[in-house]
Amino acid sequence: MSIHDDLPRHLAQAYPDTPDELRRLRERLADAAQTEGILDVAYRTVDTPVGPLLLAATEQGLVRVAYLAEDHDAVLQTLAERISPRILHAPARLDTTARELEEYFTGARHTFDVPLDWRLSAGFRAAVLHRLPDIGYGHTASYAAVAALAGNPKAVRAVGTACATNPLPVVVPCHRVVRSDGSMGGYLGGIEAKRTLLTLETAA
Amino acid sequence: MTSKEPFETVVAVHGATVLRVCRAVLGPGDVDDAWSETFLSAMRAYPDLPADANVEAWLVTIAHRKAIDVVRAAGRRAIPTEQIPDTAATPALDGPDPGLVEAVTRLPAKQRHAVVYHYVAGLPHVEVAAILGGSTDAARRAAADGIATLRRTYPPITARKGENR
Repeated sequence: MSIHDDLPRHLAQAYPDTPDELRRLRERLADAAQTEGILDVAYRTVDTPVGPLLLAATEQGLVRVAYLAEDHDAVLQTLAERISPRILHAPARLDTTARELEEYFTGARHTFDVPLDWRLSAGFRAAVLHRLPDIGYGHTASYAAVAALAGNPKAVRAVGTACATNPLPVVVPCHRVVRSDGSMGGYLGGIEAKRTLLTLETAA
Repeated sequence: MTSKEPFETVVAVHGATVLRVCRAVLGPGDVDDAWSETFLSAMRAYPDLPADANVEAWLVTIAHRKAIDVVRAAGRRAIPTEQIPDTAATPALDGPDPGLVEAVTRLPAKQRHAVVYHYVAGLPHVEVAAILGGSTDAARRAAADGIATLRRTYPPITARKGENR
């Protein structure tokens, strides 16, 4: 067959993929989008003892931490719907958060200093989550105690819901909320992850 | 479907196609700027894009405009030529072929755009027409003319000896 009879196929093959160039261009796009102020949500993942965590930040601050069990693609899709679809993999905005998490998992850090964007939680759930940092590193509090702290002692189940839907696990320490009988209770990242975090904090 | 995918997915799915289009339309050089400007501009407008839009056609449309801007900014124009270089490499029978890439960059602008958007980006003629302005028939004709021109200018005459056409 002459090359002429097959020009369309040759045209389709004439421009091979260049993955290295694309990777470099995508990094450059993330930088430019940040500079232009159109990077509404930046994200990256970090490997931790509780598995890979997805970190996402708006211009205001850290807006989402997600366990693998939550399905990172589904989490990003939800962020696209609830915040903005202008989302890129852009690690730079999350460098400080990643470093603080690394320090936390070595036991060197007991509190997080990064700015938080609370827009994914509202109402009583938000009130509950805002009180959680009051439970100090290495301590736990019962769901009932947190309900009282949040101003509604009867809302014990609502505290459970607030913890189960915490958009910022690990950083906002819902893992420190346990049952009144001292048993661990549930955890959005799985019971093993909760045990790992509590063990880490009591060992330090 | 009422919701849009994260823009990262758009880049992951269509980034390679847009890069091919930029390379085919512009030739070597300026490709990085055209690609970057295309996606930056697309990202700016993305929240307002209708959810049922053809994202690839939309991106190629933007790339088309950006490529024209890049060429203008560089103060040069692609100069069409009917000349057939007398020393050119024998075309490869498979895989990427620098000679063909070069021949495409020498096509007259309208033929080049129609050929690249249809055969390289894989857009149907109706989408190509929307990008270039004009009718679907005109886009189809420009692509056919482009292929005919390529048959004349590529491969070099020496490689066509013995062919009966």
